[in-house]
Amino acid sequence: MTPPAQETSASLPTLLLLLPFLTALSILIGHKLLKGASVVLSIASAALCFVISLMLLDARDSAPILLPFIEIGKFRIALDALIDQQSRGMMFIVTSIGLLVHLFSLGYMKDDEGKVRFFGSLSLFMFSMTGIVLAGNLFMMFIFWELVGLSSYLLIGHWFEKPSAAEACKKAFLTNRIGDFGFMIGILMLFMANHGDVSFIGLKSGFAEGPLHEMTQTHTTFMMLAALGIFMGAVGKSAQFPLHVWLPDAMEGPTPVSALIHAATMVAAGVFMLVRCSFVIEASPDAATIIAWIGGLTALMAALMATQQNDIKRVLAYSTLSQLGYMVMAVGLLAIQVSVSHHEAGPGHPAMFHLYTHAFFKAMLFLGSGAIIYACHHEQNIWKMGGLMKHMPVTFATFAIGTASLMGVPFITSGFWSKESILGVGFEACRPLFWVGVFTAMLTAFYMTRMFVITFLGKPRTENAHHAVEAPIIMVLPLVVLAALTVLSTFESFNRLLAAMIPNHAEGHPTVMIASIAALIIGSGAGFFLYKGKDSDPLNIKLFANKFYFDEIYAVIVKVLQDQLAWVVTGLERMFVDGIVARLPAFIAVRLGSAARVLTGGHLQAYTFLLGAGVLMVIYLVVFVLPQLGH
Amino acid sequence: MSPLEIVILLPLLAALAIWLGAPARATSVGAAVINLLIVLGLVFGFQAASAGKAGFAFESARIVLDNPAITFGVGADGVALILTLLTSLVTLAAVWQIGDDKPGIYHISSLLIAAGALGAFLSTDVFFLYAFHELALIPTFLMIGLYGHGEPEHRKAVAWKTTIYLGAGSLVLLAGLMWLVLEFSGGGKLTFDLQALRAQAALTPLPVEKQAQIFFVLLLGFGTLVSLFPLHSWAAPAYATAPTPVAMLHSGVLKKFGLYGLLRIALPLLPQGAQVAWVQETLLFMLLGNILVIGLVTINQKRLDDVLANSSVMHMGYIFLGLAAGTEIALRGAVLLMFAHGVSIALLFALAGRMRNQLGTLELNKLGGLGEHAPAFTVLFAFGAFASIGLPGLANFAGEVMVFVGSFMNYGSASFGALQWAVVVSLWGVVMSAVYMLRACRNIFHGSAMTGLFMRDPALSQRLPLIMLAAVLLIVGCCPWLLLNLLKSDLAAVVAP
Repeated sequence: MTPPAQETSASLPTLLLLLPFLTALSILIGHKLLKGASVVLSIASAALCFVISLMLLDARDSAPILLPFIEIGKFRIALDALIDQQSRGMMFIVTSIGLLVHLFSLGYMKDDEGKVRFFGSLSLFMFSMTGIVLAGNLFMMFIFWELVGLSSYLLIGHWFEKPSAAEACKKAFLTNRIGDFGFMIGILMLFMANHGDVSFIGLKSGFAEGPLHEMTQTHTTFMMLAALGIFMGAVGKSAQFPLHVWLPDAMEGPTPVSALIHAATMVAAGVFMLVRCSFVIEASPDAATIIAWIGGLTALMAALMATQQNDIKRVLAYSTLSQLGYMVMAVGLLAIQVSVSHHEAGPGHPAMFHLYTHAFFKAMLFLGSGAIIYACHHEQNIWKMGGLMKHMPVTFATFAIGTASLMGVPFITSGFWSKESILGVGFEACRPLFWVGVFTAMLTAFYMTRMFVITFLGKPRTENAHHAVEAPIIMVLPLVVLAALTVLSTFESFNRLLAAMIPNHAEGHPTVMIASIAALIIGSGAGFFLYKGKDSDPLNIKLFANKFYFDEIYAVIVKVLQDQLAWVVTGLERMFVDGIVARLPAFIAVRLGSAARVLTGGHLQAYTFLLGAGVLMVIYLVVFVLPQLGH
Repeated sequence: MSPLEIVILLPLLAALAIWLGAPARATSVGAAVINLLIVLGLVFGFQAASAGKAGFAFESARIVLDNPAITFGVGADGVALILTLLTSLVTLAAVWQIGDDKPGIYHISSLLIAAGALGAFLSTDVFFLYAFHELALIPTFLMIGLYGHGEPEHRKAVAWKTTIYLGAGSLVLLAGLMWLVLEFSGGGKLTFDLQALRAQAALTPLPVEKQAQIFFVLLLGFGTLVSLFPLHSWAAPAYATAPTPVAMLHSGVLKKFGLYGLLRIALPLLPQGAQVAWVQETLLFMLLGNILVIGLVTINQKRLDDVLANSSVMHMGYIFLGLAAGTEIALRGAVLLMFAHGVSIALLFALAGRMRNQLGTLELNKLGGLGEHAPAFTVLFAFGAFASIGLPGLANFAGEVMVFVGSFMNYGSASFGALQWAVVVSLWGVVMSAVYMLRACRNIFHGSAMTGLFMRDPALSQRLPLIMLAAVLLIVGCCPWLLLNLLKSDLAAVVAP
């Protein structure tokens, strides 16, 4: 139950956690006084968080208790951190991209009326996300899990006057709540099985030799359900099938938010959490198989949908879904591999590796799309852009690096290596999923080339695109830094900085490499020749463009299973409960009422005094007279 | 004189003073402020005052009758103190937000309800505990009937329904209490003193089946007062119709009396009765009715006041779950949840009342876009709404998670019993709460304003009591140990061995 006491480094993580919280709180309370200073405050706090996370890169592994929460005898839910290479690496990602997005927003949101509210919510997000990364036990993880949900709700709904944004933020929160329903059940099951200890350290040792170890042999169904419960949390947060529907709609939020929350960090938190709990999944091969297939399915399905989208942010959103599917698939595949071979996985996890590389290049792509949208006067349809290469050279260059990385251009891009390591595990653990991964890689190359060609090459298709100019320096700078990080992360020396980025499956099978390079060439070749010089989409696949009709299907389910059911239940409640339990008293009441009206002339005060007198009389009778009769 | 007696008497005296002609608003707000300060002082002094004591702190007893032994006894343990704090917070907010145009009876009845609740929570004598609650009910009925919303016919009908329901519930409760007292009275001497009854229960516990029977009668009585399914149908119309301060005080504070009674009287005196299978299963069935059935009913509501009123009924299910589980963690969670629910629902009713005054309607599909015009109002509402759907960082979450954990913990087991299944179902209720609350927020605050409906933020002086409630939600949500530390061992003694 008690993590090893580490007196060394409780203060730094505590500061890291509280700083953005206090920032958000002071913006909430004092925004009238602070005015523009709120923005400065928010950015300064993000910068300070980044500095602290750099300092933590050198910190020793430890499990300090940060703040008390609930403590009753032996039972305790505390905010305790777990500082290890995973949390250090993730913290670097969150704070570095967080800071860059704060800076970018300074330009992007310059003229927005709700700027102060926006930056306050960003600080709230930084607080919640820091909490997830630091969390040393599942309850703390859950607390911040819900809080990122809140900040995501606030930021998606930033322009809440727009009905689409208002619906999107509600949908995001509710979909995540469904995931959290399973997450909480999973946590409670582990809590019960491990005698009240859900810290990652305690669970790990519990699975290694404690009470849980035995149960993995004797109660396989229970362990599978616990693992799937935990996984359901990730299904919601990381937008996996069948709860993926909220993420594309979340693009209603301002673009910097899409970059930070809905591409790089929050949606990746599900994967981070699964890697944290990998021992739970490894204990149940069945759960691992289900997880791997759901990941693979999401990757494939989202890639298919991405091929037919026309909104620049939506293409990127579906690509994020697809990449998250890769990561989840990697978690499942590695767990299958470990449970089959019975030896512990190495220090690096391919899912985390892909999470890191993806975070940089996807944040860059989103910020790049933000710069384009800004330059084209809030135009998001790629068919109304075109020829932006000449007008926005820096954005073009960084976007090209990001696209190359996402497609996995061999040897020189970080995305190649991380995708390679996932496909490598797939090749060894589950051959069909490996081919799903390769096919998805081909689709990725196809839709990214399509978007790139339509947006940057050819001639401008509208006035807006024609007059586009490069975004201001405050927005371009983050793009350049992220591009540098994307390129750098292929190098060994940078990887050492983020120790977790060295995967244990770096050297792949030759088949893997050949297949993925072939997929890239076929996909991007097809995309290039199909869309070069086109002004409208030569392909027209309704099923993909309409996202397999998930939204429509879910709308029907919600209508029938929730609203109609609620209507029926309300009717039944009226009829039976109210009818039987209440009509009878009402009938008596009317009789009493008419009797009383005769007595008092119909004044309610009189009724009530009568009632009071009656009650007193009954009390008197029952308390004083009745007992005397008995003796 | 015990400070607790002052706490009970002060609102009574203030009510009397207003009746005699003192300025209503100044008197009631002043009394509420002083009361809150005294209670805060008691909370801070509680550790010292209760050090080394097994029972109550700040106690005093005045003998009223010798046989049956009735004493006007007051005393506070952690549970009572937490509910007293809740009462004084909500009372202050409730009387503060009463508009200047309202007659003095608004203040008088609010103060009477507060005094009744305080008396009920602080009495250590079963007779006074019951009598104080009855005292608080009368102004509730009166205010619903006289000043409730809607047509006179409608509010009269609602007032009658409430009166009959709660009157009948009170009588069942009285019968149960008398049965209990008679069972425990030896040697021809009746006692209503809780400490004496507890000692008696520890010395010569009743046979288990008899415990179960008495517990069930008490459950029906107290349950009616807390709107336990299927005895709930008075509650939603009553809250939706009641004037704002009465809705705040009854749903926030007075309704907790039933839960408090179960915790204070039924569980400690009949510790095994609650754990008997048929009692527990019936209770689980009833509380799941609260969560699932009323949850769906709430989703179907079209007006904000109906949503809030039904949600208040629904959320009682979680507190009952804590009582049904009966573990120490679950019971503490239930107490925390009583506090949290009281603060959050009072905040929401206060805001809804304000909206009704300014806009003249609470119909969800007529509203929209208030977020733009009344940002501070929106933030306050968000605090209440997100607290009530159990967002971490606000008070309700800590209570709910303790109830769930406390009900679930069957250490080392790998199978689900009735309680575990009940938790799973209740967790789905958390999803349903999010559905109706976020729908309400979407309809009221998002989108663009409907024509002719316009609302401004309240002035700072009107905002203060609401900010106070929101701040309490945040502070207790971030540091639940502040309140939990008050509980010490009082609930450990309640848990069945």
